[in-house]
Amino acid sequence: MNAPHTPQASGATGADTSTAPETSTAGAPPRPKGRSARRQIQFRELGVLLAVVIILVATWLYNPGFLSSQGVHDLFLGATVLSVLAVGQALVLITRNVDLSVGSVMGLSAFGTGLLFVTFPGLPIPVAMLAGIGIGLVAGLVNGLLVTTVQVPALVVTLGTLYAYRGLNHWWAGGEQVNAHDMPASFLLLGSFSVLGVPLPAAIAIAVVAVVGFYLARYRSGRELYAIGSNADAARLSGIPAARRVTLAFAANGALAGLAGVLFAARYGTVDSTVGTGMELQVVAAAVVGGVAIAGGVGTVYGAALGAVLLTTITAALPIWQVNQFWQEAVVGALILAAIGLDRLLALRTARRLRGGGARGA
Amino acid sequence: MDPAEVPPPLALVDVTKSFGSVRALRGLSLELRSGEIHALVGENGAGKSTLVKTIAGVHRPDGGQVLVDGSPTGFAAPVDAQRAGVAVIYQEPTLFPDLSVAENIFVGRQPRTRLRTIDRARMRRDTEEAFTRLGVDMDPDRPARGLSIADQQLVEIAKALTRQARVLVMDEPTAALSGVEAERLFTVARTLRDSGAALLFISHRFDEVFALCDRVTVVRDGAFVSCDPTSDLDVDTVVRRMVGREVTSLYPKEDAERGEVLLEVDGLTRHGVFADVSMKVRAGEIVALAGLVGAGRSEVIRAVFGVDRYDAGTVRVNGETLPPGRPRAAMAAGIALVPEDRRQQGLVMESSIERNATATRRWPLSRLGLLRPRAERDSARDWGERLSLKFGRITDPVSTLSGGNQQKVVLAKWLSTDPRVLFVDEPTRGIDVGTKAEVHRLLSTLAGRGLAIVMVSSELPEVLGMADRVLVMHEGRVTAELDRDEADEESVMYAATGQRPNEAA
Repeated sequence: MNAPHTPQASGATGADTSTAPETSTAGAPPRPKGRSARRQIQFRELGVLLAVVIILVATWLYNPGFLSSQGVHDLFLGATVLSVLAVGQALVLITRNVDLSVGSVMGLSAFGTGLLFVTFPGLPIPVAMLAGIGIGLVAGLVNGLLVTTVQVPALVVTLGTLYAYRGLNHWWAGGEQVNAHDMPASFLLLGSFSVLGVPLPAAIAIAVVAVVGFYLARYRSGRELYAIGSNADAARLSGIPAARRVTLAFAANGALAGLAGVLFAARYGTVDSTVGTGMELQVVAAAVVGGVAIAGGVGTVYGAALGAVLLTTITAALPIWQVNQFWQEAVVGALILAAIGLDRLLALRTARRLRGGGARGA
Repeated sequence: MDPAEVPPPLALVDVTKSFGSVRALRGLSLELRSGEIHALVGENGAGKSTLVKTIAGVHRPDGGQVLVDGSPTGFAAPVDAQRAGVAVIYQEPTLFPDLSVAENIFVGRQPRTRLRTIDRARMRRDTEEAFTRLGVDMDPDRPARGLSIADQQLVEIAKALTRQARVLVMDEPTAALSGVEAERLFTVARTLRDSGAALLFISHRFDEVFALCDRVTVVRDGAFVSCDPTSDLDVDTVVRRMVGREVTSLYPKEDAERGEVLLEVDGLTRHGVFADVSMKVRAGEIVALAGLVGAGRSEVIRAVFGVDRYDAGTVRVNGETLPPGRPRAAMAAGIALVPEDRRQQGLVMESSIERNATATRRWPLSRLGLLRPRAERDSARDWGERLSLKFGRITDPVSTLSGGNQQKVVLAKWLSTDPRVLFVDEPTRGIDVGTKAEVHRLLSTLAGRGLAIVMVSSELPEVLGMADRVLVMHEGRVTAELDRDEADEESVMYAATGQRPNEAA
């Protein structure tokens, strides 16, 4: 969905009719078909969506209780936090970086939000939410600045901040935890309130996906994130301020991790310093399954969010199928391998097409 | 209007630029005038690409000035040059494979709606308009991944076209284009010139230079040689000025006894890279593979050595056919390959001199599967002495050595395998003159001892001085095979640019 493929775009110029006659007169060698490559991108997201639907329907047929209103509600809520995190991670992955610290950032934000309510009992909820997002923003900004100024690979930087932020959280909490009764009831209601059957956190997540997706597809700076991840040298030659863009991607990812922390606190009410531990790999997995390439330049936040929904759905469905819990992680692992294998296959096919259409000599 | 009165949109005055000890540009001056197509010609390594990158704001000159409309300007980054109206088409296309063609053309400056979102319909329309002007049929929405080199180049040209640049620099834009496509490009170039743009055109194809350009500047070794109106020049004069130095005395190749054929390559083909390459190399012989950068020379020797695969043809060493794609088999058969890029492919830069020098012989130097440090050190010292390597300690990382001495370590690493056929790819690139002579002497001695040597070199003097025979490649094919007494600057340059002397004159 990052390619301009909407019917309006192609219909407005009438391009399909105007270019057709030239094909015969140009005398150029036949070029590889581009439209199929473009479809593959959409194909990817549709595939994930289809997988979600198949699992839902099959599980529902097996046990109709799976899709009771309570079941749907749980499913939505379960996918919310992971989706928000996956959207942020996609922003970073697209620039050919990675942020492993998101679990820790989310933990910091969740604990910070909870502690605010303990310290200032009458605090308005939006202020607390903004504070949680702000904590994430700062943590993400630090990641981004470290990556762009010190020029150390993001993998290493964020592996460091993963532990650093978690350590900070432990020190801050000092073994304490914030309990549900410390938080205002209205805040906790946020986690269970529904609009037309859609829980409020899920609605927030959907809004986040839509806004970030639109930004990536329609704004110059959004497209430049793809450009940076696609070919960093060319981005430099094109005058794209790569360092600033990458820093902002990390900052935005941090802010979204902060939002995820707030949503977590609102939903579970009980927050200690271990919130979000191990989350980072699930997040990367969700993005990769959703078609965001770890090598940068490819993927959409819609795909990343769908990947998160798919992982959550599988985790929820496997117990219904009475699959041993030990197998669940193996299933997720197989899914990641299958997704990456599919990507590699498509890439090889494209490469072969390029070689076949070689321009000179032979 | 008298051009002297209006300052030229872009001029370089006495620009110098060095990379380490290599002086890429030494006092180069160039003036690009409005309404003129200016040609820049010179040998490989004459500094043309450095010049282009200086104009583009990628490199900052060490000395001299860049003048825009007569006033000194410092381009700190490519974006500054773009703001000044300079567009550059690089030798290698710089596209974003994952973005659509239209986005590639408009990246960073996409047309926007009032809401500051990208106006896709307009971007598409403008792209199609540019393609129509170029006479290209390409889907603006397809991703750039998978485009042929020629199509990529056309996208670059469309990019420059839509920038409406006042100064357009084209670094060998036609190298991958067919005749029709190139002709279209020239039409566009002429249109741009007539609308008042200043163009700089870099090409090795003299017919294009003479057909298209108004003035020709010749550069050699990073310095200005001459600048004349095209009408005052002919191909022979330009070629002479490009080469322009006494060469034969510099590179002594001693005559050696020619032995039996050691290497026989027959009809080697890799689709889209090189085709039907054949050669025979005898013991005691140095065969040079000459040609322009990108002619496919390195690719041929990589394929022979088995690093890359090939689609057709055979390689025989000493009469035995070599299995394709197996460097180990090639090494066992006695082939050694000193690669072009020693920092990336020839050495492990962080490892010690001794480790690097003995890297090809880990098994002979070990006992029970364990490397014996003493054996490693002795062997490395021995080879260091033989090649008069200058180093601090043999345990220092190889990155501490100068370029020339690094090259000696690579040579030691391969010579110690006792090869019968030695491939050297650009053996003296980025090496100071003194060490260069040493490397040449060494190659000559090795040939004298009965090695068959294949040398890829982009430096004409080196080719002419060292080689017993010269194979010249042009766009993936061998276009000439010249004996030592037939080969001179002009015959090699003609073959490398894909023309015959009588055609060009």
